[in-house]
Amino acid sequence: MIRTPLRPLARILKARERGEDTHAIEAENLRLRHETMRDGARLRAEGRLLVLGAMFAIAFGTIGMRMGALASTAPQEPQAATRGNPIIGQRSDITDRNGRILATNLETHSLYAHPRDMVDPDHAASELVKIFPELKHDKLLADFTGDRKFLWIRRQISPEQMQAVHDIGSPGLLFGPREMRLYPNGAIASHILGGASYGREGVASAEVIGVAGVERKFDERLRDPAREGEPLALSIDLTVQAAAEEVLAGGMSIMNAKGAASVLMDVHTGEIISMVSLPDFDPNNRPTVLTTGDQSDSPLFNRAVQGVYELGSVFKIFAVAQAMDLGLLNQDTMIDTKGPLQWGRFKIRDFHDYGAQLSATDVIVKSSNIGTARIAMQIGAERQQDFLRSLGFMQATPVELSEAPSGAPLLPRQWSEISTMTISYGHGLSSSPLHLAAGYASLLNGGTKVEPTLVRRDTAQSGPRVVRESVSTRARDMLRAVVTRGTASFGEVQGYAVGGKTGTADKPKERGGGYYDDKTISTFASVFPADDPKYVLIVTFDEPSENSGKKPRRTAGWTAVPVAAEMIRRTAPLLGLRPQVDTSEPIGVTLTSN
Amino acid sequence: MRTVLFLMAALAVMGLAFWSYQENYQTRDALGEVRSLHAQIGANHERLGMLRAEWAYLNRPDRLSDLAELNFKRLGLLPLMPDAFGRVDQIIYPLPDVLPIIVPIEVDSAPVPAGEDAL
Repeated sequence: MIRTPLRPLARILKARERGEDTHAIEAENLRLRHETMRDGARLRAEGRLLVLGAMFAIAFGTIGMRMGALASTAPQEPQAATRGNPIIGQRSDITDRNGRILATNLETHSLYAHPRDMVDPDHAASELVKIFPELKHDKLLADFTGDRKFLWIRRQISPEQMQAVHDIGSPGLLFGPREMRLYPNGAIASHILGGASYGREGVASAEVIGVAGVERKFDERLRDPAREGEPLALSIDLTVQAAAEEVLAGGMSIMNAKGAASVLMDVHTGEIISMVSLPDFDPNNRPTVLTTGDQSDSPLFNRAVQGVYELGSVFKIFAVAQAMDLGLLNQDTMIDTKGPLQWGRFKIRDFHDYGAQLSATDVIVKSSNIGTARIAMQIGAERQQDFLRSLGFMQATPVELSEAPSGAPLLPRQWSEISTMTISYGHGLSSSPLHLAAGYASLLNGGTKVEPTLVRRDTAQSGPRVVRESVSTRARDMLRAVVTRGTASFGEVQGYAVGGKTGTADKPKERGGGYYDDKTISTFASVFPADDPKYVLIVTFDEPSENSGKKPRRTAGWTAVPVAAEMIRRTAPLLGLRPQVDTSEPIGVTLTSN
Repeated sequence: MRTVLFLMAALAVMGLAFWSYQENYQTRDALGEVRSLHAQIGANHERLGMLRAEWAYLNRPDRLSDLAELNFKRLGLLPLMPDAFGRVDQIIYPLPDVLPIIVPIEVDSAPVPAGEDAL
């Protein structure tokens, strides 16, 4: 760049000639130069400001536009990573102990209407009535033409029905996805599973909640997303359960009973392999709860858990076992059975007169009330209560059913000596068949307490000791003798060494005031194989009457025992128990040396 | 020297920008793929659930016992009873294989009498 000199020689010389001050020229030039510099600097500064301003404008504009965009669009979570299993919203399946499905989910659709979007409400209503005959045309039309904006038509529809509704072609009829709980086995294990229904409902989805049984008890567990739909394995064996229901239903109709219940339980793990209560219901189509009358008449009533009855003589073994455990007697001790036994204004009688005395084993085998009452008098009320408490008879069973707390036993208000005596042979204390199963299992498995459970477990329960092991063995032998030569002779199943005790209790009148003469609860509590117990089976009939003889027979030996024997015959092989048949020497073979 | 450093820095920024741009789009592609896979898994799960339910429904004990009864002539199926258990000594020993014929022997040695048809 050519700089303008501050003292241009030409002008200086001229000024000198004229005698002017040359400094003025220099100053003038300096001023001009400074002005030029200032102008340049200003221009640059202005340019920078402009650029800066533009940058700010762009930055704020970008932010503003982004904010506008964020404000006007639907919210969406930013996703930088992805989770494992996306199908976790579903309710878990319930399976039996071998993984066979007891309850699962099905995708279906619900049908709802937006009446305002309907073009021809009359046509839509009449077509809908053709598909769903239970709907009323007039009511539908009134709903469609009224001022409702939204209307549920059906909660669940099948794919065929959905297609048919689709073919109506009305824009006001809409479908929403629905999950449906399905029990593929129908009425099998209905009381255990309970049932499910819808909780909060929306168009896009609906909450499936358990309403009874395992479904309700494990509702949280089944819906827990952290479990990722891991199925809940119950202790039930589907095949055994089906066989037990078939046998019990057959027995119930032959014995003309009003209801029946059975519990098959593993004595070591406390797992309930099958639990049946008849009459039953289909959990896919759960009947409504009775609003009047006795709840125990409803098919929803679980007799095995909720039905608390005086179970009768099946309790005798507890008194004898406790007396043996306390060292008061052994199996051969003679017990006074001279009757009737008078206590205050009560008289205790036996079914037959068994003479002056019987051995402790025979008290069980012949089922002597007097003998048991005398043993109970020796034990005393307090020790009896403690023993029954240790077997779980003082509170509701801890089984995993929502109905379990309603099966609390009925205990005498005041545990007097007469209560002690009557409870020893099963009167005055009402408990459920499941209580009895748990009590028998605890007594006979070697003498440690087991609690009934419906969840599959693979290890034995190691509960507190109830009786000594030797007492448990002797109790088993007594129960075996009941079957071989006592009241339960129909209970013999070849190869399985069944042991058990019968119990026939008159039903108390509902309004109080004594007992019915012709209504009984007949129970058979059994254990098999008696030499190495694996399972206990309780079979109870409500008001049975076996009419093949001249007089109707209601005792357990004629009603519950044969059915229980048949049940063992059917279920024991399914449980993998091999019959132990004594094999004689091979015919035609002579040992020549040993 | 400084200019070179500036230039290098600028180039590095551009390179990183290009790299992150590519990574971003690859991630989005991967996420999209995962979404579609999830949708597929979901559909398959649903299908599997349906098939399982159907299997359980077809194998329900009531139906099986009815079918066993209907086809009793053909299959002869009975409920499992205690007598179905056998003992090991009830099983016969495996029969020995027939030995191979090494030296063939003439069995049909008698000559056919003349005049009779050998049929």
